[in-house]
Amino acid sequence: MIIAERKPLGEIAMMVAPHEKVTVIGCRSCVAICLAGGEKEVDTLVSAMKLKSMNEGRTQYFDGFVLERQCEKEWVKEVEDKILAADVVLSMSCSLGAQTIGDLYPEKIVVPGLNTAMFGVPEEQGVWSEKCLGCGDCIIHTTGGICPIARCAKSMLNGPCGGSSNGHCEVNLEIECAWYAIYERLKLQDRLDLMDTVRPPKEWSTSHSGGRRVIVREDAKLTPHQIRGKEASL
Amino acid sequence: MKAGSNLEKVLEAGKFAVTAEIGPPQSSNPEPLTHHARMMKGSADAFNLTDNQTAVVRLSSIASAAIIMREDIEPVIQMTCRDRNRIALQSDLLGASAIGVKNVLCLTGDHQTFGNERAAKSVFDFDSVSELYTFDKLRTEGLQSGGTVIDDKPELYLGCAENPFATPYEFRATRLAKKVDSGADFVQTQAIFDMDMFEKWMDEVRSRGLDKKTHILAGVIPMKTAGAARYMKNKVPGMIVPDYIIERMRNASDAKEEGIRLCVEQIETLKTIKGVHGVHVMAVMWEEMVPRIVEMAGLLPRPTVK
Repeated sequence: MIIAERKPLGEIAMMVAPHEKVTVIGCRSCVAICLAGGEKEVDTLVSAMKLKSMNEGRTQYFDGFVLERQCEKEWVKEVEDKILAADVVLSMSCSLGAQTIGDLYPEKIVVPGLNTAMFGVPEEQGVWSEKCLGCGDCIIHTTGGICPIARCAKSMLNGPCGGSSNGHCEVNLEIECAWYAIYERLKLQDRLDLMDTVRPPKEWSTSHSGGRRVIVREDAKLTPHQIRGKEASL
Repeated sequence: MKAGSNLEKVLEAGKFAVTAEIGPPQSSNPEPLTHHARMMKGSADAFNLTDNQTAVVRLSSIASAAIIMREDIEPVIQMTCRDRNRIALQSDLLGASAIGVKNVLCLTGDHQTFGNERAAKSVFDFDSVSELYTFDKLRTEGLQSGGTVIDDKPELYLGCAENPFATPYEFRATRLAKKVDSGADFVQTQAIFDMDMFEKWMDEVRSRGLDKKTHILAGVIPMKTAGAARYMKNKVPGMIVPDYIIERMRNASDAKEEGIRLCVEQIETLKTIKGVHGVHVMAVMWEEMVPRIVEMAGLLPRPTVK
């Protein structure tokens, strides 16, 4: 899932300071699970912002609510009136949610309340870690199910660098060395031969390096007939 | 002969080789390079020019090579994958070859969080193995990584680094094997302080016959103080410095002299290990000691191979 962190209150206050009516919109998906932009976090932020705004002598109105999934147009459209009534929308979703609102209502100013950090997983309560970079060419079947592109600081493909120290990464000795972990996993699976393979240069064109990616699935698109039917039902 | 460099000639002739490291300055003033080149001339078969080592911005390794070549000294340019993608790496390699550089050391590179440009975007398009793989294809087939075939192939003597002291230890000889399979003609190891561990790694290297396929140059670092030894033990990931070495440095009445003696003793031991074809002296910020160390180790004069 997407992991995000709330921006500092001061930064948020500065972004919304010029505006009177501030609508805060959270999201019940990834950012709720990572405790950054769900129901509770929106409530907390709205209360904190009201207080801060008052203390700093501004006349502002804050209103907050939460969508099911802010990155999907259908959910966003359901609260169209609230978005249109606002001077500024403070998105408490990942950047995808914020951009979905912005793309649907281009005349509206949308500001990000969160920093979108990574594709990651909750490791334990209060700990999230990065595990994928979305490179578009998954190879984890050859690396014991562990992604070296995301989990190695240097995205190495041919085993650990010379800085792997007691199984930890030279960049941060608190973090495991991905290739050490891969080695141990493959050893456990009796597949260490995979460590011997020389992996040639990676094809990065499937990643962001190949330009912005748009995936089109013709088989999944609606036919003109289906589109008309959907419009009629609305 | 692949490139006909002096280093290649010495190693292929079966002589015990010596390489040493020169760290380029942080400014555009070439004087320190010229100074070190003149001072160290004749004490090693080729000199490594580091590539923004520890991710600190310095005069480029290729420009440094050009500068020391004016002093009639042979360079080994280090090329890391940290700062350049495959377009820049291949372009710089062709450029280096065009100005007469033959020895190239392929490295993944220290991460930029160690250096003075922590806000940098990291590249790591290649790792050291895919870099070697690509450079080897360029020199043997004229094949660039994108598929373009060029007529004039660069003549290169390719090297790599390997660290026997990084984890997992049992994988370290395999990693060298991958580099050898990808085209490494020589390897310069991480600095060796734990001889027992190095010998274990060499056992594994010899059992795989890697010492017959590549030339292993064992790395040494002369230390000035006990503090430096402690620092390397505690702060440099992937370095092992046994306590007895730190003790010896601490108890010495003259730490600098003890550091030199220790380094010379290490070279003497390394000379006796089967499969070790040379030493690589990394006298970081202490380059002026290289001629003395090499002489004390009985490695002067350097051989001339036609």
